[in-house]
Amino acid sequence: MSESLIEESILSRPTYGTLKIVPGLAHYFLADASGAECVIRVVQELPRDMMEKVHILYVPTPGEAALITSLYALGAKRFEHFPTIDEAVAKLGEWLSDAKMGSQLYLAGTEGLVGQGVAKGEACGLDHTAVQCEHRGSLARRVQCVHCKTMIEDVTTQPVKCPSCDLLLLVRDHYSRRLAAFQGVCINAEDPSEEIEIKEVFK
Amino acid sequence: MSASDHLIPVVVSNVVEVNPIIKRFEFKHVNGDELPAFSGGAHIVVEMLDDGTKRKNPYSLMSSPFERDQYAISVRRDDTGRGGSKFMHEQVRPGMQMKISAPVNLFALDLRARKHLMIAGGIGITPFIAQMAQADKLGVPFELHYAARSVSQAAYMDSLADRFGDHVSCYCDDQGESVDLETLLSNQPLGTHVYVCGPKGMIERVVETATSLGWPAAHVHFEHFLAPPVGEPFEVHLAKAGIDITVGAEQSLLEAVEASGTPINCMCRGGACGQCETVVVACDGEIMHNDHWLDEEQRAAKQRIMPCVSRFRGKRLELDL
Repeated sequence: MSESLIEESILSRPTYGTLKIVPGLAHYFLADASGAECVIRVVQELPRDMMEKVHILYVPTPGEAALITSLYALGAKRFEHFPTIDEAVAKLGEWLSDAKMGSQLYLAGTEGLVGQGVAKGEACGLDHTAVQCEHRGSLARRVQCVHCKTMIEDVTTQPVKCPSCDLLLLVRDHYSRRLAAFQGVCINAEDPSEEIEIKEVFK
Repeated sequence: MSASDHLIPVVVSNVVEVNPIIKRFEFKHVNGDELPAFSGGAHIVVEMLDDGTKRKNPYSLMSSPFERDQYAISVRRDDTGRGGSKFMHEQVRPGMQMKISAPVNLFALDLRARKHLMIAGGIGITPFIAQMAQADKLGVPFELHYAARSVSQAAYMDSLADRFGDHVSCYCDDQGESVDLETLLSNQPLGTHVYVCGPKGMIERVVETATSLGWPAAHVHFEHFLAPPVGEPFEVHLAKAGIDITVGAEQSLLEAVEASGTPINCMCRGGACGQCETVVVACDGEIMHNDHWLDEEQRAAKQRIMPCVSRFRGKRLELDL
């Protein structure tokens, strides 16, 4: 697994850091398989008595079990795993609804997971400075078709065809933090007959 | 240009002795006009003409932001200060005409907050009285924790308890009571903002405790107006104006600059807002930086001064004014 390879772009395009434990009353983690190693890296450095403050949510790759075992072995107060990002993010919302000021949120993995974790944290009243993100794994994007509002997961090509309205979309670097999605805008609106080559660019 | 350049003529409509050390002053516009709108936490600057000396002191508005026919402030008497509070206590009577600035807010509620947690020490209660009226009307949860030396010195406690019931808790030093900050700040729901106004030590304890528990800095708000300290008189050269002025023992550098007719920006007059930041052209001596604005590096460099609260001791100080 490589570290983040995101290039500098417009201000709207999120950039990510490296997880580091900061003082806090409670530490919440959300990761997918690409980000699991980041969680293990920072949590295993913590003194034993701090594990009472650690809560981990995990979205494994189907069929994978080794990382579940490693994450469980960290000995967090709560550890749960879910087959989809949606379910894990919903559980994060449940946990954060009871959380207190001083809580820290750590997100690690693909951009879709990180972005949805950020949006959930904000919706639950977490200040953005209490949320840390580390990007790992695929650069596949979560894209909103701005025309029919369909969310398209794991987009790796430029342009991409909207599965709902069939428009060919230019995937912009313009990112919505509220929606946790990049904006996809029709690329051939003037001349729909124009043929544009679809290339895989977000690997 | 500064807020206190456009003063509003008011008449003192009421003076109330709240307790032996605190008086409340109420002001109405001389024409009976509505006063400017403000939000909880705002302050006004009151101009005092005290036997040839012109003083301008900031005081938090405690009246409801929803009542514009009059403003109210509370002033704690400080007999060791420069004389502003003493003037208010001894000279200001109902019916007297005075001038005040329009309100400025450096301590506003963050309206994104899901809950407002207010911590007051002594006379630091005043901005919260206006803020509670605002939070109450907006329907946002709030709690006030109010520390005072004694029951008799806990100004307005009874009326606040009547108005806001369980939202208000009081702690009196002479009863051995104190706010358990660690517990209080460990039990606030996400999205809470904490506000503290009171003595320096109290502000520091709240900020330190919140920071160590992991509160984001953007959720911790404080206001600590400094009264300009008294000190030895000193000379200052104003480079642009080409004049030398003397700052009296009980006068601030800002007041001395204003008295010379030299234009200078200012707003809070208490070392907090940064408006009066002035470039130091030459300094042979020591600047007593008393503000909350400049950082350690800027202080050590001796290239900036906040004339509202800072003083000088040494051979020569030359300012870019």
